[in-house]
Amino acid sequence: MECQDCHERDATLHFAQSVNGQKKEVHLCEQCAKERGYLSGQEDGYSLQDLLFGLFNMEPASQKTEPVSQKEPTRCPKCGMSFTEFKRIGKFGCAECYYTFSDKLDPVFRRVHSGNIRHQGKIPKRKGGSLHIKKQILGLRSELQHLIEQENFEEAAEVRDEIRALERKQTEHREAGDER
Amino acid sequence: MSLNHFIDEALSPWMREEGPDSDIVMSSRIRLARNFSDVVFPIIADERELRRVTDFIGNEFADKSFKEYENFEYVQMANLSTIEKRMLIEKHLISPVLLKRTGTSAMLISENEQVSIMVNEEDHIRLQLYLPGFQLEETLNRAFELDDWLEQKIDYAYDEKWGYLSSCPTNAGTGMRASVMMHLPGLVITRQVNRLIPAINQLGLVVRGLYGEGSEARGNIFQISNQITMGKSEADIVSDLESIVRQLIDHERKARKHLQEQSGMRLEDRIFRSYGVLQHSRILDSKEAAKCLSNVRLGIDLGIIKEISGQILNELMILTQPGFLQHYADGVLAAEDRDVLRATLVRERLLMEN
Repeated sequence: MECQDCHERDATLHFAQSVNGQKKEVHLCEQCAKERGYLSGQEDGYSLQDLLFGLFNMEPASQKTEPVSQKEPTRCPKCGMSFTEFKRIGKFGCAECYYTFSDKLDPVFRRVHSGNIRHQGKIPKRKGGSLHIKKQILGLRSELQHLIEQENFEEAAEVRDEIRALERKQTEHREAGDER
Repeated sequence: MSLNHFIDEALSPWMREEGPDSDIVMSSRIRLARNFSDVVFPIIADERELRRVTDFIGNEFADKSFKEYENFEYVQMANLSTIEKRMLIEKHLISPVLLKRTGTSAMLISENEQVSIMVNEEDHIRLQLYLPGFQLEETLNRAFELDDWLEQKIDYAYDEKWGYLSSCPTNAGTGMRASVMMHLPGLVITRQVNRLIPAINQLGLVVRGLYGEGSEARGNIFQISNQITMGKSEADIVSDLESIVRQLIDHERKARKHLQEQSGMRLEDRIFRSYGVLQHSRILDSKEAAKCLSNVRLGIDLGIIKEISGQILNELMILTQPGFLQHYADGVLAAEDRDVLRATLVRERLLMEN
């Protein structure tokens, strides 16, 4: 079946829509569906809104009417987004949102990232200066432990000095307000 | 416009290089999502804030060179025509999302088109880097260098626990999407692909067609990428992806060999029929074009068709898409007219090889 919009690609998405009580079928290719806003621009090709709604056991994204909460929701002080809005659009409004909603995020990330809630990868060089040092110290401490077990005290002393130097550097970083 | 010049535009210079395993893996790509720490994300930022980002990038990085890449050109989306924007999408240099805020979105692009940096897409920065063939690790190393270069000037939104703070929770952590584009006709013909895709999905990777969803990928081209961006380092993600891709390459090679041994004549017939269609048809829709291009490419890889180079098929896959066809025609074309022009272009291009 061809896409009813572009008449060029195959329709890979089929929707049943109810408009004024009349049932209408829509057959679109992925690209046209995106253009019409049926799919988000997600690379993965599915609508993240729908996914997040599934995860939160909320209503489907197509339902526009949001129940008005009696209680004033916590809003992000920087961008003004509430957690309900975050769930509705499936996107953070700014970096500060992460801190605003921090106590609610573990389950979100756990579900989206197969149980993972902590970043394990790259640390930005400049901003993460103190984080780099922290990682280095952790690495050196385990090396130190290993050397002591091997009774290689000469090298262990060198490693210990290295750790001390890094710890001094870490304090300087902290005082410079580098760490959040 | 001469056909030669047009072809030059369709194929990014880096695509002309042959990469490892390029009979099966067409390209390796790393994409990193980054944000400015002090600016609201593009989905809700106002125009003034978005301009702060584009102005900064334009001032700090335009015409600056980075290592092996030539100077970066700064392109504002507002200055491009609809067809030009579509061509950039068809070359996978930008995503459709970048056009949501045409007035305030831009890109930096390296001369060889290996690096493109989208500005004010879903995140403030989306940098992507391509290398030909199967070389994910090298692609990652270069993307990291580029990321470090940007980071000297940009204060990234980053947190020790959550990593790079992205607008979408699915990108938080590394902000990295690693992907390879694979041509898998052997697995499709032997119907193994339908079995493999669900298995790959279970491993936290995503398989999708180049031109659409589902297992029936146009032109038998599949994109395999990581789904998870948190809890694993970039290197681990890439190495997991690599090991799956390595297995797919082996399966594909076996399938091709099996086809040649068990039903060589049928395979040859299929390949030469497709070659005939590309050489002689007068009306060629995009689906048939993709199918035939895939068969002919398989014929070249197996040494069955010797007179044309594999590279022109990559090229034809790009320049027979609607944006490029309309660019060539210098105007908007109806679908039927595009099919006629597509056939003409493919015929003429193949003639140039002889």
